[in-house]
Amino acid sequence: MTKKILIADDEQNIVISLEFLMKREGFSVCVANDGQEALDKARSEQPDLVLLDVMMPRKNGYEVCQEIRADAALQGMRILMLTAKGRETEVTKGIAMGADAYMTKPFSTKELVAKVKALLDVAA
Amino acid sequence: MTGSVIVAASFLYLAFLFAVAYFGDKRADAGRSLIASPTIYALSLAVYCTTWTYYGSVGRAASSGLGFAPIFLGPTLVVGLWWFVMLKMVRIGKTHRITSIADFIASRYGKSQLLGGLVTVIAVLGVIPYIALQLKAVSTSFTILTHYPAIVMPAKSETVPWLADTTLYIALMMAAFTILFGTRHLDATERHEGMVAAVAFESLVKLVIFVAVGLFVTFGLFDGFGDLFSRVAEDPSLRHLMSMGAGGNSFGSWFALTLLSMLAVMFLPRQFQVAVVENVNENHLRRAIWLFPLYLLLINIFVLPIALGGLIHFAGQGVDADTFVLTLPMASGHGWLALLVFIGGLSAATGMIIVETIALSTMVCNDLVMPVLLRYRWLALQGREDLSGLLLGIRRFAIVLILLLGYLYFRLAGEAHALVSIGLISFAAVAQFAPAMIGGMYWRGATRPGALAGLSGGFAIWLYTLLLPSFAKSGWLPIEFLQGGVLGTELLRPQELFGLQGLDPIAHSLFWSLFVNIGAYICVSLMRRPNAREAGQATLFVDVFKQSRPAGDAFWRGSARIGDLLPLIGRFIGPERARGAFADYARSRGVAEVEALPADAGLVHFAETTLAGAIGSASARVMVASVVQEEPLGLDEVMNILDEASQVRAYSKRLELKSRELEAATGELRSANERLQELDRLKDDFMSSVTHELRTPLTSIRAFSEMLLDDPRIDLTERKRFLGIIVSETERLTRLVNQVLDMAKIESGHADWHNGEVSLVEVIEQAVASTSQLFKDKDVVLTMDLPESVPIMLADRDRLVQVVLNLLSNAVKFVARGAGRVAIRLRETEEGLRVDVSDNGPGLTQQEQIVVFEKFRQGGNTMTDKPQGTGLGLPISRQIVEHYGGRLWVESVAGEGACFSFLLPCGKSTESTEEAG
Repeated sequence: MTKKILIADDEQNIVISLEFLMKREGFSVCVANDGQEALDKARSEQPDLVLLDVMMPRKNGYEVCQEIRADAALQGMRILMLTAKGRETEVTKGIAMGADAYMTKPFSTKELVAKVKALLDVAA
Repeated sequence: MTGSVIVAASFLYLAFLFAVAYFGDKRADAGRSLIASPTIYALSLAVYCTTWTYYGSVGRAASSGLGFAPIFLGPTLVVGLWWFVMLKMVRIGKTHRITSIADFIASRYGKSQLLGGLVTVIAVLGVIPYIALQLKAVSTSFTILTHYPAIVMPAKSETVPWLADTTLYIALMMAAFTILFGTRHLDATERHEGMVAAVAFESLVKLVIFVAVGLFVTFGLFDGFGDLFSRVAEDPSLRHLMSMGAGGNSFGSWFALTLLSMLAVMFLPRQFQVAVVENVNENHLRRAIWLFPLYLLLINIFVLPIALGGLIHFAGQGVDADTFVLTLPMASGHGWLALLVFIGGLSAATGMIIVETIALSTMVCNDLVMPVLLRYRWLALQGREDLSGLLLGIRRFAIVLILLLGYLYFRLAGEAHALVSIGLISFAAVAQFAPAMIGGMYWRGATRPGALAGLSGGFAIWLYTLLLPSFAKSGWLPIEFLQGGVLGTELLRPQELFGLQGLDPIAHSLFWSLFVNIGAYICVSLMRRPNAREAGQATLFVDVFKQSRPAGDAFWRGSARIGDLLPLIGRFIGPERARGAFADYARSRGVAEVEALPADAGLVHFAETTLAGAIGSASARVMVASVVQEEPLGLDEVMNILDEASQVRAYSKRLELKSRELEAATGELRSANERLQELDRLKDDFMSSVTHELRTPLTSIRAFSEMLLDDPRIDLTERKRFLGIIVSETERLTRLVNQVLDMAKIESGHADWHNGEVSLVEVIEQAVASTSQLFKDKDVVLTMDLPESVPIMLADRDRLVQVVLNLLSNAVKFVARGAGRVAIRLRETEEGLRVDVSDNGPGLTQQEQIVVFEKFRQGGNTMTDKPQGTGLGLPISRQIVEHYGGRLWVESVAGEGACFSFLLPCGKSTESTEEAG
């Protein structure tokens, strides 16, 4: 069964690249451009994993992460946080908010794919 | 009553008084002071009440009614100030081991021997009439009493041969008695505990007897106060006594006498002796402040009744009112009461004479004779024991001399005046000490020449206006002297000096002498700054309460006691260390407690060596010697060391000041540090934002590059699209780097401004041309509203183009494709040139209107059409506009478009901040 991935980022070019990357790896993809939309899509699309940017309008990544974890209907959803802010405190905060993994931008596409697959328990 | 009975009774009483004194001294030697009581201290102050009070007040009341009262009103009033003034005098006296009022003044003005000598001369000459008064009173009362039961007024003393005059023998007897009291000890300490005990006792005796006579007259001879006063009121010749103004008793004299007695009660040598020198404990002052006025009140209650009773009883009999106290009991046949009255009078006289002559002899010895003798080397080289013997000899000689001088005055001038008038002459003399004393305690600027000038000026006036006239009235000087003045100049009439009339002689003399005294004291003092010596002493006196001193009389005793030595050592090496050292020493001697240490040579040596460790052996010797044994020379050296102590104090004051400065500096540093931390946090935020902005395009670039690299099968369209994204993201990066650098340059003031003549119209046209493609791409209409010409301004054209460009591209970014409208308008206003860029985009909320001008904060929350800005455009634009003294702002209502405007002042001074260029 094809795993579904939600890409939440406000940077169009990053969304384009992630969408292309994930589709190439055989995942089905849906997109959100801000925090609120990401939360809505997470509920409506029920993705297996969310690639979640931190700095987004309307709701930031931390808030989205917190609400997903608080929602009983969304149990088991994997969250991989992506951020351009690479400070130690931000990594800690993301993990504390319930993210499964955390990657700083710019990331290596290979590493990202490997991490996504590891989180989804898919053979590389 | 025979003379021998009276003499026997007198000697019996004096022997008893002596026994009291002897007992007091024994107790003092045993360390259990008899006079360590505030009541005894207050009673000893009542030495103020002499035979003048005892006999003379009644005499004055008989001639002037309430005119006697000021002499007691003054002390009662001034006692209120004692807790400040007298306390300070006592503290200074203890601290500096002051032995007399002359010592006090001399010490205050730089330890001046000349000043001490002058004060001594004034005190001796001034007080001699007062001593004469006592002799006269005793002699008169003795003579009257010998004629009992007949009442015979004594003959004029001039008619009696000198050697047959009882007064002479009374004087000599008093001298012998005073020598016994005051100079019995070989160690000539300043304090005389036995004498104080005896004086306190005699104060009690005279009070009890006087009150007894008062009761006898008021309730024995008459039926109480009411009866007495109503009989006076009925008698037309007496009635005037009950009103103010009787017998020259004007308000002027009231004021003068009150002032005079206020000063006298503090500065009479004997008052200074009992109040300051003999004071055991400063706290005794507390009780004296109310007990002493109470004593004065008690002894004065019956003055008027006795006076009035005498006037009624002896109407027309020629009895001297000064003798009423004695003659009233005699007239009614109470011989025993009369004898008691005589004893009471004798008591009052001996008390006064003993204390006064001891005080004067101390002054004569320490401030007049010793300074002269010390100029001879042979004396200075002698051992101390010999010196103390010599001291006693000088004092004894001085006592005899003073009493003989008193007798001489009595013979020369005593008959011319009533008792009270003689006393007032003395009061006026000691009043001359007031400016130098009070000024010395409160005014640092006073100098030795000032004190010398004031004292000698005041004294000269006193001599001329009071003492010489008293001789003239007695016939020893031509009486014309009073009318014609010196050299026949009427202006110089001794009792109407410079034409001043309408005052009684005492008030007149007091006015002129104090006027000259205070005037000279202040003016001469102001002529030059105090020298080092005067300033040092001034500090010690004026600031006496600020210095740490050993408590109470520890520094004061003449014998070596642990209680003296321990605080002394403690002052230099700290109380704990001193106590510890003494405790160690006590253990080594096998003594359990420090207080139980025997005061022997070993202890003194130990104290000296301990102290030597802190201040050197020479200083230590002087310090220890000064508590171990009386040493007149020691005072100077002790004072020198105290000067050093005050320097140490000043040094520690400076240290405290420095420490406060340090604290203040620390506070400033702390707040500066907080500001720095705040700046550091802002910089951190900025760096974090810049990093974020740099990483975002880098993320796209890396992702697309890696995908293109990894996957050669991507078709050409995709490939082109991805490469296009990479190119535009690198452009974004470049723009960002440039703007960050630009921003940093402007903010730090290092930007280059190429100023030239610029027309804003051209600037706008250039910016519009540059952005025309953007508008065309998005199908947005731009309308321009520009005047034909505007004033030329001096500015950097490229920078202004950058501002307009930024506003235009922002506007086009936010308006809707196709339907968007942007308008740019240039107007000349009073404030300068104003440019408005308005659009019909989404507009900004109140909060956004503030946020857009912050760095890396972009407008627009709906990210479906995220602007490709850096978030630095508006902040930079605002910086540029502000650089030229203008302002940049936005007006907007959310949903109805926005209008960004800037205003540049035009004119000559377009560049407001020159250094920024």
